[in-house]
Amino acid sequence: MVAPTTPETKVVFKRPESFTDVTTHYCPGCTHGVAHRLVAEVIDEMGLREKTIGVAPVGCSVFAYKYFNMDFVEAAHGRAPAMATGIKRVLPQKTIFTYQGDGDLASIGMAEIMHAAARGENISVIFINNAIFGMTGGQMAPTTLPGMKTTSSPFGRDVELTGFPIRMSEMLATMDGAGYIVRRSLHDAKHIRQSKKAIRMAIETQERGLGFSMVELLSSCPTNWKVAPDEALKFIAESMIPVFPLGDYKVRPELAGLRV
Amino acid sequence: MPAKGWIEVDDLHCKGCALCISACPQDVIALDMERLTPKGYHPAHLIAEGCTGCALCAIICPDAAITVYREVPVHTKKAPASA
Ligand SMILES: Cc1ncc(C[n+]2csc(CCOP(=O)(O)OP(=O)(O)O)c2C)c(N)n1
Ligand code: SF4
Ligand code: SF4
Ligand code: SF4
Ligand SMILES: [Mg+2]
Repeated sequence: MVAPTTPETKVVFKRPESFTDVTTHYCPGCTHGVAHRLVAEVIDEMGLREKTIGVAPVGCSVFAYKYFNMDFVEAAHGRAPAMATGIKRVLPQKTIFTYQGDGDLASIGMAEIMHAAARGENISVIFINNAIFGMTGGQMAPTTLPGMKTTSSPFGRDVELTGFPIRMSEMLATMDGAGYIVRRSLHDAKHIRQSKKAIRMAIETQERGLGFSMVELLSSCPTNWKVAPDEALKFIAESMIPVFPLGDYKVRPELAGLRV
Repeated sequence: MPAKGWIEVDDLHCKGCALCISACPQDVIALDMERLTPKGYHPAHLIAEGCTGCALCAIICPDAAITVYREVPVHTKKAPASA
């Protein structure tokens, strides 16, 4: 038998099926796009597209529903966990996730996220922490680092005047209703892979009915940080991670043996 | 011999952010300064041989603009002893 002489060509990476072909409005190098892609890849791999409903926030990701090829609704600012609660309770077989920025989740939406976790709502939250209000022009967020310059803290965040950054994962992990709470980062390929695994775990938590799940992702905002995209990734690694340590803050024992 | 690979960059999605360039361990990507995408960015493209199809560029790309291909060797089956 004669063996074929031309090697086969394999596609090893392509756009996920759960994406539309719409070009995003995100600034060049903004890792909102990476976070979107990871969610789409996980939904693809789990075969959940037909039963997933996303809840989009107010913030730069306000148009997320245009980029995901699945059912989506748009919430009022900060209210995505409340909306997701309603949808999940009426349609418990559906997979429900919110996608929220730090202004949306940790500022105006603080009450909604805390109570959704306290109630143990069986929803998944993708939390994009870029330490700033991106959409509105780079104002200080509850997550802005001490000393960090923003348009509303032009001399750097003064903790005497405006307080300290809020660590949402640590706080939500204290809730009995929380099943899976972790913090990851999007600053390089290795950490992006780990972020994807965490998103998978969050959705697995929901599919198993183990309560509230959240993946906090440290994300870049080159535009409002006023640095080039690669410098912004360095800022995450060198300045954000020391304030927002990566780690598993709550993992229900039922999930401990699960390998994804 | 390292696996042979190549990438295709979709002009519709690439925003010339250059993150794929710093992520590529083989240093085979650059922005194409001769061309603009419909949105007015200089797109990324391959500039040399040596791509291994590792997909690190595609993993970092915030716009899912990169498709990665790899040649997989086809194992030669032993010819039968007698014809
Ligand atoms: C009720 C209400 N208050 C304020 C605003 C203005 N606003 C729009 S987006 C935003 C903050 C967005 O920041 P974040 O959630 O961190 O998202 P990012 O843009 O950084 O991804 C604010 C305050 C609004 N749209 N609605
Ligand atoms: S303003 Fe910041 S968060 Fe918003 S799209 Fe641009 S880089 Fe991303
Ligand atoms: S990372 Fe993606 S968007 Fe950025 S230059 Fe490379 S291909 Fe283009
Ligand atoms: S697949 Fe790997 S080697 Fe090829 S261009 Fe991308 S990063 Fe470079
Ligand atoms: Mg933000």
